[in-house]
Amino acid sequence: MDYQVIWFILIAVLFTGFFFLEGFDYGVGMLFPFVSKRPEDRSLILRTIGPVWDGNEVWMITAGGALFAAFPHVYATMFSTFYLALFLMLVALILRGVAFELRTKEKCPCWQKMWDAAIFIGSIVPAFLWGVAVTDLAAGLPIGHNMIYQGNFLNLLSIYSILGGLVFVLVFAYHGASFLQLRLVDKGLLYKIQDLGKCAGGLAVIAYVLYLLLTMENTDLLAHPCALVLFLATAVFFLLSLCLFVKKPGKHSFIFGALAIASVTFGFFTGMFPRLMVSSLNPDWSLTITNASSTEYTLSIMTVAAFILVPIVLCYQIWTYYIFRKRLTADDTAHY
Amino acid sequence: MEALLLSRWQFAITTIYHFLFVPLTLGLTIWVALLETCYVKTQRPHWKEPCRQLVKFFGTLFLINFSLGVVTGIVQEFHFGMNWSEYSRFMGDIFGAPLALEALTAFFLESTFLGIWMFGWDKLSPKAHCLCAWLIAIGSNLSAFWILVANSFMQHPVGYVVQNGRAEMNDFLALVTNPYVVGEYSHALFSGISTAGVLVLVVAAWKYVHDKASQETFRHVLKAGAIYLAIGVLGVMGSGHMHTQYLAEANPMKLASMEALWENENPAPFAVMAVIDQANHKNACEIKIPALFSLMLYNKPDGEVKGINTVNAEMIAKYGNGDYRPDVFGMFWSFRIMVACGGAMLLLALTVGALAHLDRLQLYPCLLKFLPLTLPLPFLANTAGWFVAEGGRQPWIVVGLQKTADAVSPNLTGLEVFLTMVGFTLLYLVLIIAALYVAVRFIRKTSIPAEGRDA
Repeated sequence: MDYQVIWFILIAVLFTGFFFLEGFDYGVGMLFPFVSKRPEDRSLILRTIGPVWDGNEVWMITAGGALFAAFPHVYATMFSTFYLALFLMLVALILRGVAFELRTKEKCPCWQKMWDAAIFIGSIVPAFLWGVAVTDLAAGLPIGHNMIYQGNFLNLLSIYSILGGLVFVLVFAYHGASFLQLRLVDKGLLYKIQDLGKCAGGLAVIAYVLYLLLTMENTDLLAHPCALVLFLATAVFFLLSLCLFVKKPGKHSFIFGALAIASVTFGFFTGMFPRLMVSSLNPDWSLTITNASSTEYTLSIMTVAAFILVPIVLCYQIWTYYIFRKRLTADDTAHY
Repeated sequence: MEALLLSRWQFAITTIYHFLFVPLTLGLTIWVALLETCYVKTQRPHWKEPCRQLVKFFGTLFLINFSLGVVTGIVQEFHFGMNWSEYSRFMGDIFGAPLALEALTAFFLESTFLGIWMFGWDKLSPKAHCLCAWLIAIGSNLSAFWILVANSFMQHPVGYVVQNGRAEMNDFLALVTNPYVVGEYSHALFSGISTAGVLVLVVAAWKYVHDKASQETFRHVLKAGAIYLAIGVLGVMGSGHMHTQYLAEANPMKLASMEALWENENPAPFAVMAVIDQANHKNACEIKIPALFSLMLYNKPDGEVKGINTVNAEMIAKYGNGDYRPDVFGMFWSFRIMVACGGAMLLLALTVGALAHLDRLQLYPCLLKFLPLTLPLPFLANTAGWFVAEGGRQPWIVVGLQKTADAVSPNLTGLEVFLTMVGFTLLYLVLIIAALYVAVRFIRKTSIPAEGRDA
């Protein structure tokens, strides 16, 4: 297998890690204001992702860095194309990152409320924008023969891409609820979270079905049989997860939810292969693993580095979850 | 053209803002890790608890600073693709690798172990917890290394070949062992230590004067902080001196413009001040110390130094018509601001260090009262230093390979960049005010009493 294919797969892996891990972080950030109004409860809920969200966000940064290193043209075209959207995303991520640090440093309720709002915005906006972006990549954008984007901000928005954003938001919200079920003990909170999770999950199913229909109409992703299977498997995994979640939320519902995220990400990349960005002007102008990649030399070095480093990273990140495996009780926020 | 100028402004604003926090992170992680090592190792029971509280105290300041550094770091990474897409295309084969390696080796390390460190006080043994502090320190300093590998390539390209319309890497080892990295990295590392050193002294002096209960604890901190600062400043000066000597061969244009030396001179004088006339490529007037510049560069009072106009003529011969002179006014004065701040910091370290070790601090209450006013020094020096490094590369984005003007994203309009620039700047302002407010309140409120005197 040549290096370009390896890197295409690695990028898919990094995005899977990103959507899986940041998925529940974003979900928790979207849900917590609706679970409880009490500051102690909110701190407790945020505490579930406190030790890990920063490490999880690095999956996104690494995915970006890997795109830069392996497919510089994709990095260049994608980031300049989504200029204003990325600006909004960065503002949201900046607010969120700082909010986690600052919200507890002052006891005044309005101060906490302000940063809680920042965390909510900082979670829902990136989730939505990633959904829009991924959908746009597949549906195609007016990219010229020189790989330069020829449209404007409004070209990025269509019913299809907005639906993509909604799917991401709903799935992540559900994923966050599913994660919180594993991390808390307070019955009252868990009950409320389950309610919210059911809502988000149910809506996610409807949105996903609509999304699949529009995907069939707007893209050729489903023409690839493997991609079709993965997209359908996603639906099965998600429904299974949701059924378990409604009955008795726990490990199993979370794992099936995670499988759904992984299979939809891989479905997307399989359907895209060998393209990374589709040009709506001319199929030959799409960015692919051949015309957008780095040299074989660079890819070979990065491959060695990735194959050594990614397993190490996985080890210590899993260790983190092991250290903080105990469910959180009200006592755990005492030191805030 | 508009998008280009605004993109440059936006990048400069983000970089300078980012670089307010980064050196502090580099230095404070090491400081906190050292403190925690003291806490773990100390045999004096009465010192144990204050030491632990000091770790948490400086750890909290570090975390506030770190969160701002991280979020602006993401902006930096995204800017390359957003505003400088043609740079990313041309340079991606080389520039992307250190960036990806930075994420894989450093970002994961520091952020994961930071999470454990923050929340793991009662989940890990003290030794394991201390190890986490060191891993954070290693992670953040490793990230500085990778990004400076990338930056050094822009200043002094090595290990590449230009083909297929872009720069392609053909020697990764050369990229990593670029001699330019040595100077940049050591300089950045020590400036981090100096920045943290000044912060530590400033905070300790403030607590010493205003918080009687914590006075004894922070007397110790003043002592240790002065040593830390002295190590940092001496390292900065040494590495800066070494790097400047190296510039004579690696980047004579940057060197000459730092000194506003327009024509070749042998021996070259050092200009203490100069009125720079960029349009006519000369100094309108200057105060010079003869032969000093040659002495600084070659360790002997003679030796030719190339002037800006000479290097410009060489570059025209090599790269075609154009003006290859950077902004000499900015270069000349930034360099002087940096050096002056460095000198003042050394003085500070030596004075406070000497007084603290002779136990004479209490005799000079004025000194400690005014010490907090020195806080801007390292930040000024860092910003000025960064300007020297990046301004001295203009009009190139990668010296000799690509001009800044050719690097900007062609699909951007001036309005788009203007909107984002204003948006980022306002956000940065609000956040720094919030962070300072929180940090100052925290410093005021936290008291760390000593539990007894040393025998």
